[in-house]
Amino acid sequence: MKQHNDGEPTMKDNPEQAPDSGNRSLRLGLLSLLVIILLWEVLARGTGWSVHIFPDPLTVVFSFVELLRDGTLLRHTVASLFRVTAGFYLAVCLGVPIGIVLGRSVNARSLFNPIIQFLRPISPLAWIPLAMLWFGIGDPPAIFLIFLASFFPMVVSTTIAVQNINPTYFQVAANFRFSYQETLTRLILPAIIPDVVTALRMTVTIAWLVVVAAEMIAVQSGLGYLILDARNALRMDYVMNGMIVIGVIGLLLDNIMKRLGDVESSKWGIQAR
Amino acid sequence: MSHIRIDNLTKVYMGRRSRPRNIHDPEEHFGDNILVLNDITLGFEEGEMVCILGPSGCGKSTLLRIIAGFEPPTNGTVRVGGQVVSAPSDQSIFVFQQGGLFPWMTVYENVGLGLRHIRDAATKHERIQEYVEMVELEAFEDYYPHQLSGGMQRRVELARALAVNPDLLIMDEPFSGLDFLTHMKMREEVVNMHEFLRKTTLVVTHDIDDALIMGDRIVVLSGRPSAVKLMHALNFPRPRDFEKNPGLSRLRSEIFLMLGVPYAV
Ligand SMILES: Nc1ncnc2c1ncn2[C@@H]1O[C@H](COP(=O)(O)OP(=O)(O)OP(=O)(O)O)[C@@H](O)[C@H]1O
Ligand SMILES: [Mg+2]
Repeated sequence: MKQHNDGEPTMKDNPEQAPDSGNRSLRLGLLSLLVIILLWEVLARGTGWSVHIFPDPLTVVFSFVELLRDGTLLRHTVASLFRVTAGFYLAVCLGVPIGIVLGRSVNARSLFNPIIQFLRPISPLAWIPLAMLWFGIGDPPAIFLIFLASFFPMVVSTTIAVQNINPTYFQVAANFRFSYQETLTRLILPAIIPDVVTALRMTVTIAWLVVVAAEMIAVQSGLGYLILDARNALRMDYVMNGMIVIGVIGLLLDNIMKRLGDVESSKWGIQAR
Repeated sequence: MSHIRIDNLTKVYMGRRSRPRNIHDPEEHFGDNILVLNDITLGFEEGEMVCILGPSGCGKSTLLRIIAGFEPPTNGTVRVGGQVVSAPSDQSIFVFQQGGLFPWMTVYENVGLGLRHIRDAATKHERIQEYVEMVELEAFEDYYPHQLSGGMQRRVELARALAVNPDLLIMDEPFSGLDFLTHMKMREEVVNMHEFLRKTTLVVTHDIDDALIMGDRIVVLSGRPSAVKLMHALNFPRPRDFEKNPGLSRLRSEIFLMLGVPYAV
């Protein structure tokens, strides 16, 4: 065998192997969580702040169990989830069809795009006064705000998705004499599904951000209200509980949408375009 | 009467600018309008395989799109089977240069696109199966286009086009992007298919040899604004061979010259 120069890498020098990487990233993630909790504990003790201002992890855990037992947490979570679902659902049901029309019709685009582009950058929170004036107190103004927050991103993403459909497909459709309905169900909808699923994932995150803010103003329930109410009572441990639940549910929502994306992209892969 | 009649066909693409770009040649770009096809008159017989050659950008694809009804002519008419073409129809199927398959449909569903009107499921299944087998893709019915090779995708498109039994088959560079062997095999398949079905077929190609081997008739277009430079019936026996057929060989050199290459490579 021929002798190689010292230090020249050989083929089998490949220490990093892939098979366990999923497990490993999970373990690393848990580790970082543990470190943060530890840091939190150290900070809580080190600063010497009172437990009313900076509660330590254990206090938060105890009050979490307490809120879980008396059903407060569940009630508020359900209230928030209901609002997000309603507002988001409305936004998708209206936004996707409108996006399809805008994507297909130059006239509709010229007519409505200026309005949409003008309203889009206005934060949904700026609508709070009007929403309360128009819809009063309770679920409707909150749902309206979530609707606003999700509607514009859905319309814009759907419009772009439709415009990005390969024009050849429409010629094929014309060649095979597709009716309007067939063009919609066999061409446009399947073509935009991957993009729309991505948009759903982005938008649900925005909707979840907005629900908390909306609940701080217009309603008497929900996780946002829980946090506001706890602040008024100076119960920072409850505030933290609210934040933790919001974080966990946000994670779950994102995960559900991601799963949806996996299902669709496996059907007619992204690599196809 | 011929199957396809093209009379005084002219096509101008409107540009955005209105002043001539080239003052010395206002004919070519009047304003920024591009004169692509200039007064083209052609006639093809029923069942012919017509190969169209021409320099890049001369308007070959444009000509095919107008014949398929995807685009209106600026002037003149195209008649297929006596009818003036005004819109796409499933009697003239266009086989796209590439990417004409729906990526969200399987091979089976793609081939069945033109058979949606058949109510009887068994007849429909049989018909789809027949054409899938014709292009030798049985066992791939449930594959999505992106799971197939480039050559297989072309065959699926061919099957999809043939399945509707159109009067006219229009193919824009059907072999471009294929490797040499796949190219040869595809060419043979298209020739066999044509021998068997005798369907009027228009093929645009860059490859002079393709045109001479395949065509019953050859059309050479000039550079833009394009006019017909040569239209020639090829009455050579098949299978064709340049070595054994001096006439064919001579024609080949002529066409090379015509397209700006002074010698046949
Ligand atoms: N939709 C369009 N709008 C404006 N100009 C166009 C349009 N389509 C084609 N053209 C112009 O028409 C000319 C001919 O285009 P065409 O695609 O028909 O050429 P081609 O002969 O098929 O070229 P190639 O061999 O490269 O495919 C080109 O110069 C092109 O710029
Ligand atoms: Mg072309």
